[in-house]
Amino acid sequence: MSEKQGVLGIFSYVDVTIDTVKKLKEAGFNNLRVFSPVPNHEIEEVMDVPESPVRFFTLFGAMLGAACGVGFTVLMSTDWPISVSAKPIVSLPPFMVIIFELTILMGALSTLLGLLINSRIRNNAPRTMYDTRFSVDKFGVMITCSKDGVEGAQDILNSQGAEEIKVDGI
Amino acid sequence: MSQQNTLTYARVNDDVIRMLDKPTFKWWALFLPTLLFVGIGAFCFIYQVQYGLGVAGYRHPVFWGVYITDFVFWVGIAHSGTLISAVLFLFRANFRMSIYRIAEGMTVFAVLTAGLFPIIHLGRPWNFYWLFPYPNQRELWVNFKSPLLWDVFAVSTYLTVSSVFFFIGMIPDIAAIRDRVTETPRKIIYSILSLGWKGSNWEWLHYTRAYLFFAAFATPLVLSVHSVVSWDFAMSNLPGWHTTIFAPYFVAGAIFSGLGMVITLTVPIRKIFHLEDYITMDNYDGMAKLILVTSGIVGYAYGVEFFMAWYSGVPAEWYQFYYRATGEYALFYWIMIVCNVIIPLPLWFKSMRSNIVVLFIISIFINIGMWFERFNIIVISLSRGFDPAAWGIYQPTWVEIGITVGSFAWFFMFFLIFLKTLPSVSIAEMKEILPVPKKEAKT
Repeated sequence: MSEKQGVLGIFSYVDVTIDTVKKLKEAGFNNLRVFSPVPNHEIEEVMDVPESPVRFFTLFGAMLGAACGVGFTVLMSTDWPISVSAKPIVSLPPFMVIIFELTILMGALSTLLGLLINSRIRNNAPRTMYDTRFSVDKFGVMITCSKDGVEGAQDILNSQGAEEIKVDGI
Repeated sequence: MSQQNTLTYARVNDDVIRMLDKPTFKWWALFLPTLLFVGIGAFCFIYQVQYGLGVAGYRHPVFWGVYITDFVFWVGIAHSGTLISAVLFLFRANFRMSIYRIAEGMTVFAVLTAGLFPIIHLGRPWNFYWLFPYPNQRELWVNFKSPLLWDVFAVSTYLTVSSVFFFIGMIPDIAAIRDRVTETPRKIIYSILSLGWKGSNWEWLHYTRAYLFFAAFATPLVLSVHSVVSWDFAMSNLPGWHTTIFAPYFVAGAIFSGLGMVITLTVPIRKIFHLEDYITMDNYDGMAKLILVTSGIVGYAYGVEFFMAWYSGVPAEWYQFYYRATGEYALFYWIMIVCNVIIPLPLWFKSMRSNIVVLFIISIFINIGMWFERFNIIVISLSRGFDPAAWGIYQPTWVEIGITVGSFAWFFMFFLIFLKTLPSVSIAEMKEILPVPKKEAKT
């Protein structure tokens, strides 16, 4: 079993959950994770996590899509030139449609990739530290700490009125 | 939102997941006929493949008929799903919350249906993949200047992005189902589909940002797709087609028809699954107002088409529109006008917008009217081109009618499967509009 321990407190109210996070941070517990059935800005604020890097995936994917759009249309048109009504072989106005669609397509797919990669990397909470009520109406605060810190974390969770506390090695 | 005051987080889970219970007799009574009609459609298609496109009603000069009408109709139906899920999300319109999942499902299934028609319309449908640019032994590439190729890119992008958007939106809800179900096969399937979602702050952080970007991508995409579909026609030099208003006219029409279909679908679902607390009359009021706006835009477009045809001084253009209103197809033209412009007018009154039966009936007429709008644009324009010597009349055959009926069944088949397998109302987003449980508020 790992040296690291997970301590999970389950709550019914979001304000109590946020208070608990504040108290845990004051006590020096910084490796925290909050579970909730809905996204909540107050939780986001109190957790003070950096901005999601998903936006870089989106930007990169969209730019790559636009570049692919230009590449496809220009290279393929010059490789097999079809002269229609003496119009230029490389004609940007009609190509813009393809470039636009590929920008959207690759931007969206890379956003999906960004979401999956980032969520999986940070989402390393073990199954034992998850409660199925989090997808219904309960909130959870999970503390990852050394064995020495477990008691302190439990004390804070108890003092905040946690409805249930789970401890497990992670 | 008064009806939603009685809702709690737990009740939302209960009510939505209850919809996934074992299918009832009513569900089977709806589902089995859809299978039958899908079978009829499939038979008609196989018959057409066997004997060639001659079994469709194509006659010179009309070589785009019911299949392309169906294609444009189904792409249009898809549009309001994205409008409700993406555009209204960006505008923070709360009335979308309870209906957007159904609308998104409708989008995906409608695009799946639409995508069949260009293939059915091909003389050699087994070569459909020639539409995509890939290195091949023929050593040729596709023609990027053709609007038909733009369509390939637009519709396939739309199907991909709307499917991803649909799926991503469901992940937290699928996790809620995973946490509830006990039977092993279902548990495994929902566990895989939930991608290990646990609802941690990290997941919500990335999820909400990604969702915002998807919405931001889907919004211009939805505008572009029907614009591109309209350019299939507008880029041709044919009276009735070659006009600059086609893109906004088609987009407004698409949203109009899609909203009609959302109401047609949600009214029975709301009744059968007792979702009155979720899909409230406020939701319908919002949709009815959007219908009014888009009905006004398409009505204006019908008028502008006539005005421009007259004002242009081009005899062929003016005759095209004169013929639409008075020729052999006049009945279809006036069905379109009555269904799309006249029948939605009662929605100006609050009492009509609050009457679910009136809304349902109007929505059915909108579906009919918008199908005929596409038929009129496509078939009548082709049948009366520049040269009177090349005029002709087109009549659909039983094969085309069979495939069209089959396409409706195909759409409803997917929709009925969706109702019993995936959450039709967004659990997480419904909770977002409910009061957050706070101890402060309790004490």
